[in-house]
Amino acid sequence: MTGNNYWKILTRPLVDENPLTLQILGICSALAVTTALDTALLMSVVVVCVLALGNGSVSLIRRQLPHSVRIIVQITIIASLVIVVDQILQAYAFEMSKRLSVFVGLVITNCIVLGRAEGFAMHNGFCASVLDGIGNGLGYSLVLVIVGAIREFFGKGSLLNLQILVPVSDGGAFEPLHLMLLPPSAFFIIGGLIWYIRRKRPQQAEKPEFTLRPHEQGTE
Amino acid sequence: MSETANRDGTARALGVTLAVAFVCALLVSVVAVSLRPVQQANVKAERVNQLVREALSGIAPMVKTENLEAHVVELASGQFDDGIDPATFDAEIAASNPDTSVEIPREFDLARLRRRALHAPVYLLRGSDNAIHTIILPVSGRGYQSILRAWLLLDGAASKVRALRIYEQSDTPGVGSRIEDPDWQAQWRDRPIYDDAGVLRIGVRTRGGAETDEYAKYLVDGISGATRTARGVDGMVRFWLGDFGFGPFLQRIREANR
Repeated sequence: MTGNNYWKILTRPLVDENPLTLQILGICSALAVTTALDTALLMSVVVVCVLALGNGSVSLIRRQLPHSVRIIVQITIIASLVIVVDQILQAYAFEMSKRLSVFVGLVITNCIVLGRAEGFAMHNGFCASVLDGIGNGLGYSLVLVIVGAIREFFGKGSLLNLQILVPVSDGGAFEPLHLMLLPPSAFFIIGGLIWYIRRKRPQQAEKPEFTLRPHEQGTE
Repeated sequence: MSETANRDGTARALGVTLAVAFVCALLVSVVAVSLRPVQQANVKAERVNQLVREALSGIAPMVKTENLEAHVVELASGQFDDGIDPATFDAEIAASNPDTSVEIPREFDLARLRRRALHAPVYLLRGSDNAIHTIILPVSGRGYQSILRAWLLLDGAASKVRALRIYEQSDTPGVGSRIEDPDWQAQWRDRPIYDDAGVLRIGVRTRGGAETDEYAKYLVDGISGATRTARGVDGMVRFWLGDFGFGPFLQRIREANR
């Protein structure tokens, strides 16, 4: 494969084939960890690591892997990687790991991870698979960071815990939008993002499953 | 086609899954075991932080983390030992290791602990003017039938007690356990520690004579029926404030304030 191809594998999942906005995968964790930018960033790092390592290891053993047990083996590998990352976070980023709580463990069930292992790494070489993992992880991260930044900024008036707008309770003029800190706001923001991307790239929009017949005027 | 058939054989499936499971198990176990000490230190630091905050409730309503400092003090000299991380230092483990602990001479051993660590953690709560607002000392001693553990909170000049918060004891329920009563512990509030000559006077009165005693203002009332628990608290407080406890450290603070 040429360098150009590798570059495509890495960059296509950012916008053109973004797992969150095109395939609508991994929404659950995207709702939960985006109340603040710092948790969104840490979650992004976790998912990028797990995706890259998971894709890499699945790709390495893809020729040895019997077809009948491939999913369970992929899950085992992914689960082990998630546990390792979770343990490292608990040791070296204790405060943050408490805030991410169960959602680090739930990366195991993040459809993006298994989806890329089964859909890409099973059929491609090691380097391409690792790049695909990183690319998809970054695509997921991009959405997480955008949503996290919007939610933290409008919900608390801060970014990365740095107060930018002074809230009314401290004598400022900013009224925090508490809705932004609740899960539904992530739905609205992700929905808005999907609409915007599909407007800019109409080829992403799905064809309507059926079309309404034009109303017939009167009868013959 | 023949390759696919070969790949899907039962023996092969078993072999591959077992190999993957083995490698994964090995990876997870190695990581979990090697990171365990760091994680436990985190959990312990978190617990101490929680306890310190609980001890401070009612004394300093809004404690900001940045105002709370943790240090490890070398007890004999009273100096901070910055070579030891307060987050990972465990006084109980240090006290049971002969290399990091010292036997307490009989005449000093009011708390009946026999040994104590060479070092102890202290926590300083600073006010907005950066002056020390509260000194928080972990203390322990033998009660009637259990080890008492408490936080002793002193004012910034180390001249009087702000509070004594006993958080662990299993002395007789309803009798000795009354040292946990907020009403009883409230007696410690603003109690002076030293007399004018600088002699340690604070303690628990376990005998009568309140009106005639010239040191009455230094003593909190004991608990009737729980004389030995009350003496345990008395010994604990006097040992840790004394020369073999935090005495040298508190001496330095008082000199700095003079």
